[in-house]
Amino acid sequence: MTRLIDLRLGLFLAALFAVTVLAPLATTLPSTSALNLPSYLIPLMGKYLCYALLAVALDLCWGYAGILSLGHGAFFALGGYAMGMHLMREIGARGVYANPELPDFMVFLGWTELPWFWYGFDMFWFAAVMALLVPGLLAFVFGWFAFRSRVSGVYLSIITQALTFALLLAFFRNDMGFGGNNGLTDFRDVLGFSLSAPSTRIALFVLTAVALAGCMLLARAITISKAGKVLVAVRDAESRTRFLGYRVESYSVFVFTVSAMMAGLAGALYVPQVGIINPGEFAPANSIEIVVWVALGGRGTLVGAAIGALVVVALKSWLTATFPDLWLFALGGLFILVTLALPNGLLGLLDRLKPRQAKPAAEVPA
Amino acid sequence: MSTALIGAPLNAAQLYLDGVCRSFDGFKAINGLSLAVAKGELRAVIGPNGAGKTTMMDIITGKTRPDEGKVIWNGDTDLTKIDEAGVARLGIGRKFQKPTVFETHSVEDNIRLALKAPRGVFPVLFDRRSAEENRRVTEYLDRIRLTHLRAETAANLSHGQKQWLEIGMLLAQEPQLLLVDEPAAGMTDAETMETAELLKSIAGERTVIVVEHDMDFVRALNCRVTVLHQGSVLAEGSLDHVSARDDVIEVYLGR
Repeated sequence: MTRLIDLRLGLFLAALFAVTVLAPLATTLPSTSALNLPSYLIPLMGKYLCYALLAVALDLCWGYAGILSLGHGAFFALGGYAMGMHLMREIGARGVYANPELPDFMVFLGWTELPWFWYGFDMFWFAAVMALLVPGLLAFVFGWFAFRSRVSGVYLSIITQALTFALLLAFFRNDMGFGGNNGLTDFRDVLGFSLSAPSTRIALFVLTAVALAGCMLLARAITISKAGKVLVAVRDAESRTRFLGYRVESYSVFVFTVSAMMAGLAGALYVPQVGIINPGEFAPANSIEIVVWVALGGRGTLVGAAIGALVVVALKSWLTATFPDLWLFALGGLFILVTLALPNGLLGLLDRLKPRQAKPAAEVPA
Repeated sequence: MSTALIGAPLNAAQLYLDGVCRSFDGFKAINGLSLAVAKGELRAVIGPNGAGKTTMMDIITGKTRPDEGKVIWNGDTDLTKIDEAGVARLGIGRKFQKPTVFETHSVEDNIRLALKAPRGVFPVLFDRRSAEENRRVTEYLDRIRLTHLRAETAANLSHGQKQWLEIGMLLAQEPQLLLVDEPAAGMTDAETMETAELLKSIAGERTVIVVEHDMDFVRALNCRVTVLHQGSVLAEGSLDHVSARDDVIEVYLGR
């Protein structure tokens, strides 16, 4: 039996744990200390962890089941909107227009009552459930039609890209009732805790780390199960899997839905830490960037996907601050580099550097 | 379904193809093919390239829908209404022409995935490996003589070993009918003869239909032979009987 926590995952989780404990502690040190961490960096680190979670979600369906989704940003954004809607409702009468019921943008648009799809979002638990349910349901319905019709490979990638693009256009419209171009912002607090308070920020950061660790363990449990082996079988020899009696579409829908729900969770954790969600999150380029993270880190490794996201996002933060014009070239260059030189990503490179384990030579009968 | 269609001599047939037609862009790959195979029978299907052998297998296994005709399984089920996974679950296993195994999985896992067991997502997700399962895996590995390569990644096997592994996966499914497409391709003479012996040992307990080009192999099977030509049956009988016929010689053997 393959172990749930192998060396790689163990090391990653240990490092994640260390950072999760040490980073909040470092913010409490006096600002004169060399080890002091400015508290504004905590939400930034939380944001990175959300991206890592998103990468793990994509790796689960792309790396293992071969479903290259170029629309995972949509599931992330939907999770984000669900949480954003709750945070909007929680502003209450403290908005510019002081309307206890309607968010500011609705008052501004001259609306007099809350649209039906905003009902329930005043309750945190409802928003939290929706952040998982809406992306999951969309993935289930979309996957059900696509996989049943045996849409796969590049065609599937293209329609997932179309899906996120369609949502981008829809969410840009003011009539949709999600704040149009500006999206949802000006959040005040969550569950009564101020979002600008350092303690809330730390709590959100720790929660994100826990979610990342939990989802990585869940994804790992799925991939080492017999069903995980079936997913890899689908990826490598789909028709063989069918002729063994496995309904390939059921497995694909299952993994696609689980993956979308993880992406939704990442989005829901992202929004309170970043303070805004707008239609830009649906941009097709965002979804492609996720693919680059996973490819760079090492597809089909989970840990690699998370590392890939952290590396690329850190690089992006640094480059866009120092050489803003270079970022897109760097991203394109990275993708080319990975495709040509690192087909198995950074983790694949590590494996190659490791001394090969001595394996008894396979005896080949005549 | 009319029972009159399946007459008295045919109700013993486990698999019965009745007037099956299928064309691709106007080309009639299968043209009024009728064929009956009895339970436990070993049957060889031969024919020149383009005779419709692989299309016939595609139709039986639900990969391709026929334009006309029926494929009756065990006298009461029309296979043309069922998808590949459904056909497989009825107990029909298929081996491809090109050996198709799960390359990144170990030899053992290949067999394990094939073992007869529930196939739904959730039972499979929560499946726990049991000692009984290990015993069954070992049994099939012994039978295909790959026990010593149990932990090896399937991609590292030789062509012949992959053929055997795929046959092992087929056996692990415990099918009632095995459809075997050119099992001897790429095998050495010794392996070819071993494969023939293996298939003969399976027949009786299970029904086996073998599509093959290699005449020595068909001779070694020593079974009833169906000759396909242009999508329908040209001749049927013992190998000696069909190979003596002028029309068979003309379309196939004479070349």
